[in-house]
Amino acid sequence: MDRRVLFRCPRRGGGFGVYGSNAAMHFLDFEKPIAELEGKIAELKHLSDADGLNIAEEVGRLQSRVDKDLRSAYAKLSPWQKTQVARHPDRPHALDYIRALIQDFMPLAGDRLYGEDEAIIGGMGRFNGRSVMVIGLEKGRDTETRVKHNFGMARPEGYRKARRLMQMADRFGLPIITLVDTAGAYPGVGAEERGQAEAIARCIQTSLDLRVPLISIVIGEGGSGGAIALAVGNVVLMLEHAIYSVISPEGCASILWRDGEQAKTAAEAMKLTAQDLERLGVIDGIVPEPMGGAHRTPEAVFTALRDAIEMHLNQLVRIEGGQLRARRRDKFVQMGRLQE
Amino acid sequence: MNWLTNFVRPKIQKLVRPKEVPDNLWHQCPKCSEMVFHRELEKNLRVCTHCGHHMRMPVRDRLRMLFDNAQWTEIEIRAVAVDPLRFKDRKRYSDRLKESQAKTGLKDAVVVGHGTMGNLGVVIAAFEFDFMGGSMGAAVGEALIAAAELAVLQEAPLIVIPSSGGARMQEGILSLMQMARTTVAVDKVREKGLPYLVVLTDPTTGGVTASFAMLGDVALAEPGAIIGFAGSRVIEQTIREKLPEGFQRSEYLMDHGMVDMVVPRHELRARLIQLLGLLLHTNPAAEVGDLPASSRRRKALERSTSAPPDPSVPDDYEP
Repeated sequence: MDRRVLFRCPRRGGGFGVYGSNAAMHFLDFEKPIAELEGKIAELKHLSDADGLNIAEEVGRLQSRVDKDLRSAYAKLSPWQKTQVARHPDRPHALDYIRALIQDFMPLAGDRLYGEDEAIIGGMGRFNGRSVMVIGLEKGRDTETRVKHNFGMARPEGYRKARRLMQMADRFGLPIITLVDTAGAYPGVGAEERGQAEAIARCIQTSLDLRVPLISIVIGEGGSGGAIALAVGNVVLMLEHAIYSVISPEGCASILWRDGEQAKTAAEAMKLTAQDLERLGVIDGIVPEPMGGAHRTPEAVFTALRDAIEMHLNQLVRIEGGQLRARRRDKFVQMGRLQE
Repeated sequence: MNWLTNFVRPKIQKLVRPKEVPDNLWHQCPKCSEMVFHRELEKNLRVCTHCGHHMRMPVRDRLRMLFDNAQWTEIEIRAVAVDPLRFKDRKRYSDRLKESQAKTGLKDAVVVGHGTMGNLGVVIAAFEFDFMGGSMGAAVGEALIAAAELAVLQEAPLIVIPSSGGARMQEGILSLMQMARTTVAVDKVREKGLPYLVVLTDPTTGGVTASFAMLGDVALAEPGAIIGFAGSRVIEQTIREKLPEGFQRSEYLMDHGMVDMVVPRHELRARLIQLLGLLLHTNPAAEVGDLPASSRRRKALERSTSAPPDPSVPDDYEP
């Protein structure tokens, strides 16, 4: 028998997940009915293997119900549900995108000042044959890699490394692709002592000074200053179920509502979904995710993102460097302004 | 509490302390808890007369203390969308804005003024902490953009004096975008070769620190100011340890190489004038008011860009 155990997701405010012995699929709480149906399908398949019964019809019927439920659930996700999807432990992370989209990836390390911070992965490689610099915030997949990447929360070293790589890309005319996925910059004593704020500020300053194309994609969670440090792009895209906000819903709730439990309410008020940000004119486009989110069919989201980057990059490389810089700066200065 | 308050019986206390005395005549120092008379406190630039603690200062008091003859001209800031998210937490954001406007008499948290300091034309953008904690929304972004554009136009140095908890959460992602906008603004000043100075005052945290506030050519800090990125409570919860003594205070930042100098408020004006004089190749203390500030500035620029041949340097000197 397929033994499935219900367990509590280790994430903040995490919902219930089902851990199967065959696949470590995590389900969010609003996906529970879907998880049950999929459990039934797996059980039926298992039975049919054992008894040689023909249950194709029943499986097909269940599967189409799963698809329908998934589609309808994901078509109208609430901001809080989006927050959970954006943080989904199975969601593809920066390294997954790098593996899928970048050939000959050559990682580069260190800020030349203090240390190497693996919360930010950076290096050169080829995107559709073109030399590029890729910089991504990586959260890690399991306990070991999460610790290694400090759960995607970068320290000053990480931002200083990113800045060094941006300047290098600028010198060699490499377009830059940044992948944003972080709860925020790391809040620690050492990080503060070594100038977390200054490191982020310089990273933003350098982003605004580049004469090469800069494309930023929020692939999961875009958390505050730690995210915008890598998201001041000529083009800023978000995946369909990604979020991007000035503070986490939990943080916002505990400050403005004085109650961290109000995160759901805060998420609604903050307008943090890709769709909201597009309406506000903060981002330039949304990359569609497959039904049920990027984690269900990663290949589909890789293809969609590859197409989106290729389309924008093709346009951006035709623009002269000084223009790229001027347009990027002007875009942010005009952002949110009232029309005169 | 002293022996007298304990000694004098409650009924008599009522007699000696008549109720109609407004309670804002005396201020209690948050550091040493001593009571300071309000006039004395104002005369002392809101620095505690007992322990030297620097209390927060209303924005116009600060401008008064910095500009020559306490005179300056404020500029109009471009209007912004009010409450773009229609944000409501326990209160409506639009109501919070109105309350702060009534309380401070300001439209938003930053005042931009231009005038002279030591006869040098300067533009100052200063924050009012009492306006929603000096938080940075679109209006603050516009104020800094306006200040930078004015500095460029007048060929004047820009001085920014933050006092802010960080981004204004009620404006959501648009407040985060101000980090990029204000960075563009101060870069325009720097690119023109004009000095950009920052005076970090209590508190300077979050998105404000992580953008324009840490990009000054020279970073000055007032004594004892809290300056940092993450809030101390968040850090304590993350690392589950007590924070070191004096953590995120000006002096601590100075020790860690994050600011150039910690300057007591009484010396701030003189120090800024001295710095500007050095950066602009002029001596504001020596040359008194014989030229209007703008032509002085132009002279200074000419002096710095087109150095005349110096006869004392031999022709064959090739460094």
